[in-house]
Amino acid sequence: MEAWQRLKRNLGELWKSFRGNRMGLIGLGLVLSALAVAILAPWLTPYHPQQVIRDENGRGLTFAPPSVHPPLGTDDGGHDVWAQLVYGARISLTVGFLAGFIAMFVGSFFGILAGYFGGWLDNLLMRVTDVLLVIPDLPLMLVLVATIRQMQLKISPLTVLILVIGLLYWTSTARLVRSQVLSIKERQFVARARAIGAGHAHIIRKHILPQVMPLIVANTVLILSTAILIESGLAFLGLGDPTKPSWGTMLNFAFDRNAISNGAWWFYLPPGLAIVWVSLGCVLLGNVLEEMLNPRLSGHHLEGEAHIVKLGEAE
Amino acid sequence: MRAVIGRNVKISAEVQQSLREQFGLDKPVFPDQFLMTMKQWASGNLGVSWSLRRPVAEILLSKLWNTILLIGLGQILAIFFGVVLGLLAGWKRKTALDTGALIFSLIAWATPTFWLGIILLAAGSTWLGLPTGGILSPQNVGKPLHTVLPDLAVHLILPTLTLTILYLGEYMLIMRSSIVETLSEDYILTAKAKGLNQWQILWRHALKNAMLPIVTIIALNLGFTVSGAIYIETVFSYDGLGKLFQTALTKQDYPLLQGAFLLLAVSVIVANMLADILYTILDPRVKAT
Amino acid sequence: MSEPLLSVRHLTTHFELTKQNFACALEDVSFDVYPYQTIGLVGESGCGKSTTLMSILRLLPANARISGQVLFKGVDLLALSEEQMRAYRWKELALIFQSAMNALNPVLRVDEQILEAILLHRLMPREQAWQRVQELLELVGIAPQRGRQYPFQFSGGMRQRAMIAMALACSPSLLFADEPTTALDVMIQAQVLELLKDIQKRLGLAIVLVTHDLGVVAELCDQVVVLYGGRVAEYGSVDQIYNSPQHPYTQKLLESFPDIHRPGSALASIPGTPPRLTDLPPGCRFEPRCFARLERCREQSPPLHEVAANHFAACHLLEEKSSTL
Repeated sequence: MEAWQRLKRNLGELWKSFRGNRMGLIGLGLVLSALAVAILAPWLTPYHPQQVIRDENGRGLTFAPPSVHPPLGTDDGGHDVWAQLVYGARISLTVGFLAGFIAMFVGSFFGILAGYFGGWLDNLLMRVTDVLLVIPDLPLMLVLVATIRQMQLKISPLTVLILVIGLLYWTSTARLVRSQVLSIKERQFVARARAIGAGHAHIIRKHILPQVMPLIVANTVLILSTAILIESGLAFLGLGDPTKPSWGTMLNFAFDRNAISNGAWWFYLPPGLAIVWVSLGCVLLGNVLEEMLNPRLSGHHLEGEAHIVKLGEAE
Repeated sequence: MRAVIGRNVKISAEVQQSLREQFGLDKPVFPDQFLMTMKQWASGNLGVSWSLRRPVAEILLSKLWNTILLIGLGQILAIFFGVVLGLLAGWKRKTALDTGALIFSLIAWATPTFWLGIILLAAGSTWLGLPTGGILSPQNVGKPLHTVLPDLAVHLILPTLTLTILYLGEYMLIMRSSIVETLSEDYILTAKAKGLNQWQILWRHALKNAMLPIVTIIALNLGFTVSGAIYIETVFSYDGLGKLFQTALTKQDYPLLQGAFLLLAVSVIVANMLADILYTILDPRVKAT
Repeated sequence: MSEPLLSVRHLTTHFELTKQNFACALEDVSFDVYPYQTIGLVGESGCGKSTTLMSILRLLPANARISGQVLFKGVDLLALSEEQMRAYRWKELALIFQSAMNALNPVLRVDEQILEAILLHRLMPREQAWQRVQELLELVGIAPQRGRQYPFQFSGGMRQRAMIAMALACSPSLLFADEPTTALDVMIQAQVLELLKDIQKRLGLAIVLVTHDLGVVAELCDQVVVLYGGRVAEYGSVDQIYNSPQHPYTQKLLESFPDIHRPGSALASIPGTPPRLTDLPPGCRFEPRCFARLERCREQSPPLHEVAANHFAACHLLEEKSSTL
C-alpha cells in the first residue's frame, strides 16, 4: 500500500510546483479549452456541419468570407466553417486521444513485461522497437490503411486510423517504461516482497506500477500531441471519414476544392490553427511534466563570470 | 486490380483471366503471392504499375532524384541554421534569444507539415507571385535540367522553405541540449583554467563533442523526413516519390505502392548505416572498439 | 624569509542560490604561500577547500560573489579584468583536478591538448613547442608515442600524469592540485605523489594541495591550513599540526585517521554533521560537534590566536595562552 500512498503524496507536491510553472499552465489551458469546445459544440453554433447556408435567393452561399457570414464564413458547399470546426474538434480529439491511450496501454504493457521478466521477452521487445524505429512512419501507416481497406472488413475509417496510429506509436512508451522498471526491479523492496512469497502480478501492481505511473502519464501526453498531428495528416491525405470530418479532413476538403486559389483563407487557416493549438498544449504540458519528474542540469561552465565584490562595498 | 480494370468494363472474360494469371492474382495471397513478390524483388523486378502501365522500378527511379533534391536541400539548410541557432541558444541560456528559439521550436513541432505548406503556398503565390506547384513551369517540362535552373530554383523555394522551417526547430532543440550538456563537462573547466576565452573554448573543445549526437539524430530523422516529403510534394504538386506514393494510394495501385514503400524503407536503412559510419569517423572512442 | 609568492587575505565567497538565499562557502580565509613551498588545504567535504582554489583562479560560476585580496607577486588577482586574469591562468597559476577521467577532452589527442597550452600563451614557435611536449611527457614518465593517443586509451594514473604534464607546460610558479590522488587506487597514488615531489624538487614549484587525506599531507606538505565550515580552523607547519594540534577539530581529525601501529583499535569519528552553508551559526562553526565547548563559543566566532611561531588556531580555549592576531 505504501507505494501508492507515496505516489498520492508526491502528486500533491507536484501540483504545487506545477502551479507556479507558466509554460505548464498555458499548456493545460490550451488542452482544456479545446476539450471544452469539443464537448460544448452544439451550444457554440446554431448550425450543423452538413447544413447548407442559403442566401436570400435560396442559392447556396459558397466561399462566403467572415465579413458576410460570421464568424468564419462558408466553404465551397455553403457549409458553415465554424460549425465544422467545433464539431470537427470532437472527431480530431477523439481519434487522437483514443490512439494515444492505445499506445499508452500497449507500450506500458510491453515495457513492464520486458523490464520485469527480462530474458528473451526483453530481447524480442528491443528488436521489434528497433525495427519500428527504422521504418518510416507515414509510408508504413499508409500501406497498412490501404491494405486493411482492401480487405474490405466492416471497420469504420476512423477506427482504422485509431488502431493504426496506436499500434505504431507505442515504442517510446515501451522503452521508457522498460528502463524505469529495470531500475526499480533492482531495489530492495522487490526482493523482500519476493522473499515473502508475493506473486509477480502482486509485485507489479503494488510496487512497480505506482512508480512508473507518473512517467507514463507524462510520456502519454506527449504522444497525444503526436497522435493528433498524425491523425490530421492521414485525414488530409484522404484516409479519414468524409461523413465525420475532423480538422484534417477539413483541410483535405479545402485543398481539393480549391480554397487556396479562391483565396478562402477562412477555410484553410482555422483548422490548422486548431491543430497547432491542441498539439502545442499537449507538448507544453508533457514537457513540463517530464521536466518535473526528470529534472535536468542547472548550469554550465560558460554561463558568465563570478562577481568580485570590492572591499567596503555593500553586499 | 478490380478498381483499375473495373473502369474498362468491356474487357472480355478471357483477357481478365490471363491478366489475373500474369499478375498472379489467381493464386492465394499468402504464401504464394508473397513468395512470388519476394523472388521478383530480389531479382530487381518490382512489377508493373497498374495505373501508369510502366515498370515500377523505372517509375521510381525517374522520380527519385527530384525527391532527393528537395529533401537534401531542405535538410542541409535546416541542419546548418539549426546547429548555429542551437549553439547560440544553449550557450546564452535564459536570454531572449534562447527563449525565442525555444518558443519557435515548440510551435514548429506542433505545426502540421502540410498545413504550413498550404499557408506558405497561399502567401507565396498571392503576395510574391511564386508558382503554385510543380517542379517546372509547363513549358519547361521535359527539357534537361541544367538549362532551366532558374525556373527550377523558383519552384523549389516554397517547398524547401517549408521543410527547412519544420526541421530547423527540431535540430535547434537537439543542438541546444547537446551544447548545454557538453559545456557542463570537466574538460571545459580545464580549458577555462588554461586561459582560453569563450570563443576558443566553444570552437576548439565544445563544438566537436556537441555535434556527435546530431549525426545519429539526422539519420534517425530520415525516416520522418520521408513522411514530410509525402505531404509537401502533395501540397506543392511536386513530382517526386512522395507524390507518387500518394497517387498510388488513391488509385490503389498496389505494385507501385509496394515498390515505393520498399524503396523508402531501404533508403532509410542505408541512411542509418551511413550515419553509423560517419559517427565512427568522428568519435575516436568508437574507432578503437 | 623572502616575499610570499601568493598572499590570500580575507577571502570570502558567497553563492547566490535565490534572491534571498545565500550559501556562504568561505569566510575570511587568509594564508601565504612561499616559493618552493607546498601547502596543504585540508578538511571535510564541503569545508571550502576546492572553492578556495576556484576563487583564487576565478573559475566560479556567475552566481558567486568573491571579496578579499589575492596578491600574487604583488598583483591583486581579484582586481584584474577577466582578460588580464586569463594571461595569468596556466602561465603562472596551473591547476590539476580530481577526476582526470573527464578533465581531458575525449576527442582530442593528448599531445595536442598539451600543445594548445603552450601555444596559447605564445611562449615559443610551433616547432619548439612540439619538442617541449615531448620533454614534458618524458618528465612525467609517459612514452612520447603514447602522446598521440586519446585520453580514453590511458589508465587513470596515466591520465593524471598527463594532466600534470599539461599543467607544467608553461612553467608556472604555482601549481594548484585539487584532490589529485583521491580517485586513484593506492599503488597509483604513491606513484603520482612521488612524481609531484620529484617535480617540485626539479622545477622549484610552489604547490597548493587540496585533500582530505592526511597521509598525503604528511608526505608532501610543508605547511597545513585546516578549514572547517569555510573558515580557517588551524594553520601551521606539518610538524606543529601533527604533533601539537591546538584546534579541537584538528585533534579529532588526526584521531580519526587509522593508526598503523594500532591495527585493532576502533575507528574514531567526529559525531554530527558539517554545518549547512545557508544556515550558519553566529558563533564558532565547529561548536555543535565540539567536545570542549564553552558558553562563548556559541555566540562569538573565535579569531585566530597565535599559539607558537607561525602556528595559529581559531579557538576560544586558546585565549589565555596568547595574544590575538
